[in-house]
Amino acid sequence: MMRVLLFGTMSLAVVMAAALAAQTPASPAPATAPAGNVENGKKLFRQHGCWTCHDYDAHGGAGSGPRLAGRNLPWPGFSKSVRQPAEEMVPFTTKVLPDQDLADIYAWVRSLPPPPPVSSLPSIKQDNR
Amino acid sequence: MAKGKSRVDRRGFLKGAAAGAAAGAAAMVTPPAMAAIDAAAQPDAGQRPVVSPMTPEQGARLQAAEREAPAAEPQTFTVEDAGSDFMVDVFKTLGFDYVIANPASSPRGLQESFVTYGGNKSPEWLTCCHEEAAVNIANGYYLASGKPALMVTFAPAGLQHAMMGIFDSYCGHIPTYIVCGDYLDANERRPGTDWAGHSVLDPAALVRDSVKWDDTPVSLQHFAESAVRAYKMAMTEPRGPVFLVADATLQESPVPNRKALHIPKLTLTRPPAGDSGAVAEAAKMLVAAENPVILAGDVAHDEEGMRLLVELAETLQAPVQGGGRGMPNRHPLSGGGNVRNADVIIGLNEVRFYGLLHRFKDQQVRGATLLTRPGAKVISISSFDLYMKGNYQNVDRYTEVDLAIAADPQATLPALIEACKKLITTERRSALDERGKRLAAASAQTLERIHADCVNGWDSSPISLERLALETWDVIKHKDWAAVGAGGGRLWNNDKFYRTQERVVGGGVGGDLPMAIGGALAHKKDGRLCVALQNDGDMLYVPSALWTATHHRIPLLLIMRNNRAYHQEVMHLQRMSTRRQRGIDTAGAGFPGTTILDPNVDFGQLARSMGAYGEGPIENPKDFRPALLRAIERVEKGEVAVIDTVTQPR
Repeated sequence: MMRVLLFGTMSLAVVMAAALAAQTPASPAPATAPAGNVENGKKLFRQHGCWTCHDYDAHGGAGSGPRLAGRNLPWPGFSKSVRQPAEEMVPFTTKVLPDQDLADIYAWVRSLPPPPPVSSLPSIKQDNR
Repeated sequence: MAKGKSRVDRRGFLKGAAAGAAAGAAAMVTPPAMAAIDAAAQPDAGQRPVVSPMTPEQGARLQAAEREAPAAEPQTFTVEDAGSDFMVDVFKTLGFDYVIANPASSPRGLQESFVTYGGNKSPEWLTCCHEEAAVNIANGYYLASGKPALMVTFAPAGLQHAMMGIFDSYCGHIPTYIVCGDYLDANERRPGTDWAGHSVLDPAALVRDSVKWDDTPVSLQHFAESAVRAYKMAMTEPRGPVFLVADATLQESPVPNRKALHIPKLTLTRPPAGDSGAVAEAAKMLVAAENPVILAGDVAHDEEGMRLLVELAETLQAPVQGGGRGMPNRHPLSGGGNVRNADVIIGLNEVRFYGLLHRFKDQQVRGATLLTRPGAKVISISSFDLYMKGNYQNVDRYTEVDLAIAADPQATLPALIEACKKLITTERRSALDERGKRLAAASAQTLERIHADCVNGWDSSPISLERLALETWDVIKHKDWAAVGAGGGRLWNNDKFYRTQERVVGGGVGGDLPMAIGGALAHKKDGRLCVALQNDGDMLYVPSALWTATHHRIPLLLIMRNNRAYHQEVMHLQRMSTRRQRGIDTAGAGFPGTTILDPNVDFGQLARSMGAYGEGPIENPKDFRPALLRAIERVEKGEVAVIDTVTQPR
């Protein structure tokens, strides 16, 4: 069930995407992520329920979470948005999501290709706005 | 003691025999016979006067009386000019198109009058399989047509089923007109069912907190006046549902004297416009503002309301957030602006005003932070200030404002627009137009970004919601369409008032499907293609509403947003588990209590079982468009079609 209007939730997704990109670490954090296991990250993305907001393929949804796939997200901002989210995202502590699991998820998200260009989709291109 | 009891029993028997006989048969218990039996039963008969034993004739008469069937009671088999005929005459003067109901016994007289005496036209009776669906079909009909519909039910059982729909009416300011059968006179109730399931001392007490007005008429003249008053109350701003009891005895008894009855004339109350001084003050603040924002709630009652809201925005070159169906969603001034940097904010019937002016985070320790900058002025024009009840808390937190105008926004807009225009100098006009250009550019960029975001997960399976919406838009944009439920947001160009309708606002689930059917019912006469993106959890509440749609030939396209869950609650559960640092292994146990899996519901089959066209489940996004085209072909022939599309969770 999706109770929230598409219009409103799209706006929220935009806001959250901006907030995610603007994250800066509150305390010194490694600039680069620990080595992560891409395959395990894919599995953990499902297991920890990241998909509930970001969809199964991390493409982001109209309803809540921003797109993660194919974005060059810096590790400090990514990790802080998970541990101490600024917006409505659920906070995941290390007890729930250990650092290595997060690194694996990060590795998988980073491995995903960016979406195709808008011009490749006829129904978007031809939309008579 | 034994004798005494025996005597009492004997007396009881005889009394029963006497009572069972016709009134005129009182003489059957002849004094001599009674005296003989009484005397025989006395313990010390010797001390009492001697009474002769019954003669054979007397005994025979007594035996005959005991065996005799009760004489026929006076009976009336027919009635001329039943009270419910007059009730229908009253309703016909109010101009209802439809009466929507699940049938029941206490309103049976009324139903018979509607369908035979009233010819089942204006209003036409629509058959529903659940009272909640009936109320929400009525709600949807009003939202799409602007006309209230009648909903008939009975108390307590039917009314209890209807209560959530009535609460939806109440929260949505929808003037649905509810008529409730009841047996007020205990003497008229049949034993059993009429007592347990069809009689309530005060039926309105069940829903008084969620209706605007109610009455329980005790005569037909009382009924006529209250019926007209109820309609007037429902349509007076702020609008809301009303509740009228139709006593079964009044329905089924003959009209005592038709000539003595009078149906009052209905004159609707003009909506109140804002105080002229306050409107002038608001105009002054708005024209002088550098960054005004219009927060629009339920403003427009019709196409004219949309035109006025647009005119206010264009006069001020101010952004409009919200506005629902009253604001074209691709207008350059739609959706822009920000309350954080606004210097003047005006809310129009904005029930969420507090929430829009504050930031609230759903964390363990809750708190709200004011978003507006220091010195920002807040204006409210709202009819909701004119009528409010206490029990249900659908009013949001109290909002601090600098100028509050209790009035209907649409009725106030002409004066406000005029006042603004008078204050705008040529120089000011130039500055406002520059602001408008900036807002238009930002709006265009936002629209571009929304379209660009659609490529994310374009080929994902389950299907992304953006693809579902955009593929649908690509087909319906060439037709005269109306979204009677969830639509595509800015992916769909809501350029006319009738393109969209408000959705369920009572907080419950189960209203979207019947409201979509009600909306489609209203659009049927115009031949519009009615479409709704339909949530799976909602459809499972009252799926029988589909049967109502197919039975009454209400064309409607339902495209499932089937994420196989109550996904909002999935997210709530996840929030709770992570907050408590327990986490939930979604790959293992999943989210118990929130998913709709094992077995997966086959909505295509469900639709077919009720006479609708059904396809799916469709998980491959490439299969969607062909199914969509097939379904639209069926809908355009007058059918109901359901495409079961399995989608991403959000």
